[in-house]
Amino acid sequence: MSERVSVFRKEHFNAAHRLYNAAWDDAANEKVFGKCALPNYHGHNYEMEVKITGEPDKETGYVIDLKSLSELIRREVVEKFDHKNLNLDTKEFRELNPTAENIVIVIYKLLRPHIDNKFDLQVRLYETPRNFVEYPVS
Amino acid sequence: MVYLTRVEHFNAAHKLYNPGWSKEKNDEVFGECANENWHGHNYDLFVTIKGEANGDTGFLFDVKKLSVIIKDHVLEKVDHKNLNLDVDFMKGKMCSSENLAVGIWDQLERHLPSHVQLHCVKLCETPRIYVEYFGKNGG
Repeated sequence: MSERVSVFRKEHFNAAHRLYNAAWDDAANEKVFGKCALPNYHGHNYEMEVKITGEPDKETGYVIDLKSLSELIRREVVEKFDHKNLNLDTKEFRELNPTAENIVIVIYKLLRPHIDNKFDLQVRLYETPRNFVEYPVS
Repeated sequence: MVYLTRVEHFNAAHKLYNPGWSKEKNDEVFGECANENWHGHNYDLFVTIKGEANGDTGFLFDVKKLSVIIKDHVLEKVDHKNLNLDVDFMKGKMCSSENLAVGIWDQLERHLPSHVQLHCVKLCETPRIYVEYFGKNGG
């Protein structure tokens, strides 16, 4: 009998960004992105919830060791983005607009290669306590 | 005496960097907060006033008016801004939460009616870090 369980690890990082489409002029950017397009950047406390789903291991009782998951998230995500300017300091968003939607997809792709294929991975990202996104869609 | 608190929030970029110091010394003191290209936060702002409730309204102060004062004199200046570059009342100051709370206090105090005293500006930089300022005479 399958007894799949989801386990979650929360991590966070603080970063500056702006929303800007370089193919548009400033007026179009301001119209679409409003104050999020302001030239001197603004910032957020981003909170991540990383969800791993699978069957608990018979010997350990763990789906995955959450300490090792924490270390993986820190190494692959937090070290890249924490106290950085997403537009200027990260190669991931040099060409990609750092919306919450794009950031959550990037985080998923950074983590997925390091997590066994027998597990499902889902990432939720809070840009503010009131705005959050999730990928992939379940 | 009654205390009344209004909670607001804003998002901003900043860095901690003393231009009078070398880059090495800034890195040593402020660590990753000194990153030259900025980082940012979701700030939560708690503004507490104190006084006596009015006999006719039951209000210390119309909290909607307090919200408008905070929006006009603080949020308009800081929300989605770069605290080091864009904010007139932080010019020439270090953009720490401590200094920002004092700056916000000074913005608000002059716009409150005389029967309302500002009691505390509490500023949360992250869910785990906050400062409180109770004015020049302390709490």
